[in-house]
Amino acid sequence: MNLAIKDIRHNLGRFILTVLGIGMLLMIVMGMAGIYRGLLEDATLLINRIDADLWIVQKDTRGPFAEVSRVPKSLVYRVEAVPGIQSSREFVYHTIQRQHNGKPIRMSVLGLSWPVDKGEWLPLISGRALRQNHFEIVADKTLGLQLGERIPLGKETYTVVGITSGMVSSGGDGMAFTTIQDSQAIQFDSSGESVRLERAARDSRGQENELFLSQPALTEQLARPTAELPGVTPPPLSAVIAKVAPGADPLQVEKIISSWGDVSVFSRHGQEELLVQGMVDKAKRQLGMFRVLLTIIAAIIMALILYTLTLDKIHSIALLKLIGAQNHVILGLILQQALLLGGLGYGIAWAVGQKLFPHFPRRVVLTNDDLIQLAVIVCVISVLSSLLGIWKAMRVNPNDALMG
Amino acid sequence: MSDELAIETISISKIYGSGNTEVVAMRDASVQVRRGEVIALLGPSGSGKSTFLTAVGLINPPTSGQVRIGGTLVMDGPRAAVNLRSFRRRHIGYVFQKSNLIPFLSAIENVQIAMELNGMTSRAARTRAAELLDELGVGDRLDHSTAMLSGGQQQRVAVARALANHPSVILADEPTAALDSHRGRQVMELFRNVAREHGAGVIVVTHDQRTLEVFDAIYEMEDGVIHQQKRKVESATVPERG
Repeated sequence: MNLAIKDIRHNLGRFILTVLGIGMLLMIVMGMAGIYRGLLEDATLLINRIDADLWIVQKDTRGPFAEVSRVPKSLVYRVEAVPGIQSSREFVYHTIQRQHNGKPIRMSVLGLSWPVDKGEWLPLISGRALRQNHFEIVADKTLGLQLGERIPLGKETYTVVGITSGMVSSGGDGMAFTTIQDSQAIQFDSSGESVRLERAARDSRGQENELFLSQPALTEQLARPTAELPGVTPPPLSAVIAKVAPGADPLQVEKIISSWGDVSVFSRHGQEELLVQGMVDKAKRQLGMFRVLLTIIAAIIMALILYTLTLDKIHSIALLKLIGAQNHVILGLILQQALLLGGLGYGIAWAVGQKLFPHFPRRVVLTNDDLIQLAVIVCVISVLSSLLGIWKAMRVNPNDALMG
Repeated sequence: MSDELAIETISISKIYGSGNTEVVAMRDASVQVRRGEVIALLGPSGSGKSTFLTAVGLINPPTSGQVRIGGTLVMDGPRAAVNLRSFRRRHIGYVFQKSNLIPFLSAIENVQIAMELNGMTSRAARTRAAELLDELGVGDRLDHSTAMLSGGQQQRVAVARALANHPSVILADEPTAALDSHRGRQVMELFRNVAREHGAGVIVVTHDQRTLEVFDAIYEMEDGVIHQQKRKVESATVPERG
């Protein structure tokens, strides 16, 4: 006869409520781990998807994900000329926030190296990759845009031609993909007034310059669009990414590029490390602290509940001792209830989490390792929390059964 | 009835506190109960009956004296000569004035548990528990929770539990208090039958005059001292509880 089950059936309502409470608490603990894993996965998702061997960024910066990095477009060709490089391409990445349909929409825009890269590697759930050089955009579903929807960005309007799933930035913003040119147009968009003011300023500076005074025809050149001025460099890239040729030594290639005075080079692993250590580490520690606190709180609540359940059974325990029940019977009664409480709470945490976590604003990723780790923790706190009740039960005198 | 002793207490005393706060709850109590014998213990409240019963029941050790059960020395002063819990499980059955049932077990499970703790299989224990309860007139309440049983029915379940392991000693404190005269007599007769058939010694603390004729001996207790002894009861004047 299982006394633990019999007692639970006798106090079923209270036990169910307790299990639900513990379950909710454990669900939060589980969710904390899931949020951290989600952060980690989001942070490294793009790096993994892009699958570049080398990231060449502005000298002494930590790359486009950690801080602003600007490199000239010509760097693509310099990198490509390095022995051991299979291919190199532009990387433009920036985050914008605009109003759309009366609501703020925040997105991380990634430029695709058209026509080499049309975004076929993106995890599309509907629509297609880019088919033209301009005015098409592929958006992640978290942005809430619909296929075929038109969204004005800068001076142009872009049509959503594809929807991806799970493509979010390390900051949790949904990603949008355009060609490099469109991406830069969005990034460096200026209003008509600021363009006019810039031209006027240029003209004004020209009026004071001896060269322009001696050759007035040049002054007219200053009024042309910025992109057409030979003395003005094209918009910079965030980084250049490169693939190392099969058989080439990536370290050797990295060493060559590192020797250049204007850039820093990171391997894919290095870029990942930077992201994890720089952006995710604090969040990891924060979430870790919460997990520890919540686990302790869960253990304390479980201990109190088990202690109360034991107090309710003191007379029965005394009676069991009176009729000769061995200590292991009493111990088993309390320990089994503790483990059932923890086990069922864990099950509820998992089941409710499966339904609830997908609706969280940020991705919650439950890994088997984390689930197993939490299961072990729940087992441990179940045993620990039952100690108080067991201690009380072991002190019960069979004589107490006669007290009525 | 055998001449062999089921229970023998030799000058057992129980003293609480010391010095000025010393209280003597029981002094030099010597009782002999033969196998197959049912004895009554009478006395007013606070006379030490419960102290005596719990000392013999191995749940409240005496300060001095010896307790022997079935010829085995089990208590030598406050020192246990055997594993008390194991000994209780195998040799002693208890019935108390207030029904002492486990509330989260059904009627049959309350009886069954005593046998399962003693190593009997669940199926065999359930069969015997059902037989005992049926014999005591609660066979139609086997799966009822204890809260759904009347006081008398609860008491009969407690009696069934005390008898479950064929104990060599049965200790009962007012076992018929909550029973009607018919059931009360039935329980006492059951005790007597168990005593006779299994050679058990039975000590009953009672005030129920209706059942006194079943006892082989009556002991009276006052101020912690057993001072009167009657054998072969014909009629007795039972002192009222104070």
